[in-house]
Amino acid sequence: MSTATATHDDHHDHGPAKGLMRWVTTTNHKDIGTLYLLLALVNFFIGGAMAMVIRAELFQPGMQIVDPQFFNSMTTVHALVMIFGAVMPAFTGLANWLIPMMIGAPDMALPRLNNFSFWILPFAFTLLLSTFFMNGGGPAAGWTIYPPLVLQMGDGFPFMIFAIHLAGISSIMGSINVVVTILNMRAPGMTLMKMPLFVWTWLITAYLLIATMPVLAGAVTMLLTDKFAATSFFSAAGGGDPVMYQHIFWFFGHPEVYILILPAFGVVSAIVPTFARKPLFGYSSMVYATASIAFLSFIVWAHHMFTVGMPVVGELFFMYATMMIAVPTGVKVFNWVSTMWKGSMTFETPMLFAIGFIIMFTIGGFSGLMLAIAPSDFQYHDTYFVVAHFHYVLVTGAIYSIMAATYYWLPKWTGNMYDEKLGKMHFWLSTVSVNVLFFPQHFLGLAGMPRRIPDYAVQFADWNMISSIGGFVFGVSQLLFAYVVIKTIRGGEKATDQVWEGAHGLEWTLPSPPPYHTFTEAPQVK
Amino acid sequence: MTRKAHNGRSSMRVAIVAVAMFGFGYLLVPLYNVFCELTGLNGKTGRIDEAEVAARYQPDVSRTITVQFVANNNADMPWEFGPVVATMKVHPGQIYATAFTARNPTGHDMVGQAVPSVAPSKASRYFNKTECFCFNQQPLAAGEKKEMPLRFIIDPKLPADVATLTLAYTVFDVTQVAMN
Repeated sequence: MSTATATHDDHHDHGPAKGLMRWVTTTNHKDIGTLYLLLALVNFFIGGAMAMVIRAELFQPGMQIVDPQFFNSMTTVHALVMIFGAVMPAFTGLANWLIPMMIGAPDMALPRLNNFSFWILPFAFTLLLSTFFMNGGGPAAGWTIYPPLVLQMGDGFPFMIFAIHLAGISSIMGSINVVVTILNMRAPGMTLMKMPLFVWTWLITAYLLIATMPVLAGAVTMLLTDKFAATSFFSAAGGGDPVMYQHIFWFFGHPEVYILILPAFGVVSAIVPTFARKPLFGYSSMVYATASIAFLSFIVWAHHMFTVGMPVVGELFFMYATMMIAVPTGVKVFNWVSTMWKGSMTFETPMLFAIGFIIMFTIGGFSGLMLAIAPSDFQYHDTYFVVAHFHYVLVTGAIYSIMAATYYWLPKWTGNMYDEKLGKMHFWLSTVSVNVLFFPQHFLGLAGMPRRIPDYAVQFADWNMISSIGGFVFGVSQLLFAYVVIKTIRGGEKATDQVWEGAHGLEWTLPSPPPYHTFTEAPQVK
Repeated sequence: MTRKAHNGRSSMRVAIVAVAMFGFGYLLVPLYNVFCELTGLNGKTGRIDEAEVAARYQPDVSRTITVQFVANNNADMPWEFGPVVATMKVHPGQIYATAFTARNPTGHDMVGQAVPSVAPSKASRYFNKTECFCFNQQPLAAGEKKEMPLRFIIDPKLPADVATLTLAYTVFDVTQVAMN
């Protein structure tokens, strides 16, 4: 992508600085978007390697490869790296690349802050991963870091807390930037209700981040002072309550899962109309559905903790509120299906991933509805059924949308078409293997296999072996993804400006690849 | 206003929301406690002055409630800790006395803190204590054994469907905290 400006002769366009310092000091939204996406890719493979360790240990019953403490830190750090290091930075990278180009802005509103919010992240993840080399090892209490268990962690404890603080500060700064960019930097004529849905979903996501990341920061700070400053927020002996941590954590945690999926809705809402060659069905209902999901996400948190001993009234409230989320989500799914209805569809790789998203995210949504039923949740709680549920919404949901987005916009970013044959191969390998990987986990969970356990009863052996085989194939398939991306960056068939026949929106009016500075004079939107 | 100043102002507004939400995270702590106190969730028991009892409660001998006593040790707490009697039959509105015993079997002085919880939780607001070893930290010298008194009274307004109450204590090792 460093050759982005080589063919461009606009005298306003001075191009990027040379050498490594370009990437350290850059304030250009395209550079920073690239950095975020590369960091996400690296973390995707680090977190993926941990998943491979988990599936290797669970390949057979009995203790095989790693000791239980290390196994627990694998599940914990796999989740932290994938959530905070892969999915969130990938969406922030997409936001950086796309929001200014979609709304006709020359750059993000706060370019210096943008540089800062990216460069915090490598330090955050170095801190987090460094705990593996400390006395006591990495965090092993699960990504939710519940006290009192997490307070038993070794020397790495404050490093983990500070890593979460840094990642949180980075997200908050990134979100401030997104909000201000969208509200202040739109081209003339680009009214709010004309914005592409990706911009809309990111605006709402940014508000969710601003409202909840500080709450997480508060919760982990309380953990820190409980451990080192003799406070008793979560210590019953001093008058505190460990269950209160769960309430505060999930007040952040539930909006967080929508932070991980709302931008994905935006991506799919961009891709499906392009390949169906029809405008998006029900644009305004999509906007309102997104806003409703965001609002509801604040009043459902206790469905993560149905088994703590809530009164029946509480269980009923959180159960019905949770089920209500299925309504706006259903609006979205039906809108995507209606967009495809009687469209002139073609099935290039981005569309395959988008359709895969719609089908498999909906499967994850249905298992979510099952989990929302409080009386049944007592059976499902902390079993592999939960693991299957959130991997369907996060892997075949969020990650699939990120891959769809990569295939869809990579020709725009690099000016080169990706290899369609390899892209399709990546899709089919991933889709078959991911279902072999996660679908059997539903059965394991319903049969009672607990999550976060390195060993299991022999009755679970068959499905675990099948799941592990799916896991290894899925893991290897992602190397193909990295290969396709690198190959496209290095060259390939030249892409046209519009790239896709049915693509509409400001970013497709720019050359492929776009010059280093775009929309220095705002376009007029009709 | 220039675009830069405009952007600066907007970002300040959003940043204030972020800072306020950090404060809100801490505000959840007192909110949680007030909520638990009002609803009786969490099994937290009440405390009442013995002098007020006669004025507030009329004994109701027509009702008999079974009170069960349970003792737990938190992780790594070595004390031998248990109730003197396992169950009592009581009438609402009358004061009863019982005790728990604790022995420190280790070779060093320790301090313990007992934390109560009542089940079912809807009964916890009606379970009041006039005197309890859980009101204070309890020091025990190496090898020392002691009987720790407890005086309680059940509010006659206790819901009619509650016939059995369980009062559970968990004793925590707070030696480190107490020394500092």
